[in-house]
Amino acid sequence: MSDVCIIGAGIHPFGRTDGVSGLDQGVFAVRQALAEAGLEWRDVQFAYGGSDAAGNPDTMVERLGLTGVQFINVRNGCAAGGSALFSAQMAIKSGEFDIGLAVGFDKHPRGAFNALPAEYNLPDWYGEAGFMITTQFFAAKITRYMHLHGISRKTLGLVAEKAFRNAVHAPHAWRRAPVPLDEILDGTMVSDPYSKYMFCSPGEGGVALLLASEKKARELGITPIRLKAATMRTRPPHSFEVFAPMVDVGGGVATATRLASAAAFEMAGIGPADIAVAQLQDTEAGAEIMHMAENGFCADGEQERWLAEGLTEIAGRLPVNTDGGCLACGEPIGASGLRQVYENVVQLRGAGGGRQVPGTPKTAYSHVYGAPGVSAVTILER
Amino acid sequence: MRPIAEGLFTEESPPRLIGARHRPSGRIVFPCPPGADYEPHPLGRRGRLWSYTIQRYRPKSPPYTGPEAFKPWVVAYVELPGEVIVEARLDGVDFAALKIGMEVEFAPVPLDPDAADSVLIPGFLPAGEAA
Repeated sequence: MSDVCIIGAGIHPFGRTDGVSGLDQGVFAVRQALAEAGLEWRDVQFAYGGSDAAGNPDTMVERLGLTGVQFINVRNGCAAGGSALFSAQMAIKSGEFDIGLAVGFDKHPRGAFNALPAEYNLPDWYGEAGFMITTQFFAAKITRYMHLHGISRKTLGLVAEKAFRNAVHAPHAWRRAPVPLDEILDGTMVSDPYSKYMFCSPGEGGVALLLASEKKARELGITPIRLKAATMRTRPPHSFEVFAPMVDVGGGVATATRLASAAAFEMAGIGPADIAVAQLQDTEAGAEIMHMAENGFCADGEQERWLAEGLTEIAGRLPVNTDGGCLACGEPIGASGLRQVYENVVQLRGAGGGRQVPGTPKTAYSHVYGAPGVSAVTILER
Repeated sequence: MRPIAEGLFTEESPPRLIGARHRPSGRIVFPCPPGADYEPHPLGRRGRLWSYTIQRYRPKSPPYTGPEAFKPWVVAYVELPGEVIVEARLDGVDFAALKIGMEVEFAPVPLDPDAADSVLIPGFLPAGEAA
């Protein structure tokens, strides 16, 4: 079967842009992607759009043009972007369409997300008592992981330090100033063992990816980036997830991430050792550590050595989060997963400037994870 | 003081946390979900700390209904042997003394320690210190 190709990628800078709505940040990204591909909005046959808190994506037709285009909204928590991309590539794979759009944007208020129990099928008391907090889960998950696999707190600090250092070279990143390791480790504590520098913040941003069939990409004369796999999975039994009042005894090992990752590698017909650059969900520093193992890139516990030896640096064996990831870009839920794919497109094109992975990478991997136990993975090839 | 929700603690003294047994599979869960497939199941009082963190900032309201005044607290996951790992507060321990594997005992804690009529939420104390 022929591949689905990415023929254009656009991004509105992440962070805080006062006076510009989330939707308009999405529109900005779409126009950039169209310009890159040399296409007009009327050429787009269908769109899938994801937003969690910034309104209905299909309303952007008012800005882009009332062409009657098929536009489907996706609301799938942290996997919204990944789900939009998965759906868009299916529409092309099916032969129904040959040019389409996956777009995601968001704009969250300052501070932690305030999720409500009823949205997650939980009793009200769980929120009233102060348990409805994502940071508690992430911190408890890494505390257990550090205990079992000998990961030090310094290693968490090294992840954050790398993120801010990489972001210096990423124009779309939010926090683009390096932060020294001791400042990260000694920063205000949020949820132990994490200081404020080790958590990402909800933010704003927009990303658009134009997809086409291989045949159409050739017709347009565009050197495509091939989407070899896009998967999305929900949680398996015995997993430990965000907003969990309980875990099964012996649980906490199986995750939605492991399922989505294994399915993506099978679909692409390659393994973790074949990946040249990876964007892994790093809503907090420990997530990057745990997701290195959950996605099959190393064994549990090996991260301590990997970080100490710089193996996930830009010039390392497997560069991870080359644009600073969520830690430096923030997390606008609807856009965040697509930002990872955008960064991979930049890397595969060799257009990363100061953050470019050397040796012209040929394969790139992206992974998101979120409440209430969802994960989405993509594998790109050029 | 009353529990924050009905059906959360047994009425004996000292109380136990009420989980549920999934009738078809025998799996123990917490809290007790609605529906005929689950029967309430009082959980064991003693367990071991499975993981934890310290909540260092006041959660947003809604949904949090605790007092405006805020002091950091321990969020614990406690393994009740042979049953289930439950999430609850852990009181009565210095943060520096927290250790995965330490023995703890069920003891509901007040949501507002400074209020005489505070509701009680699921909590544990180091074993031997529960009233």
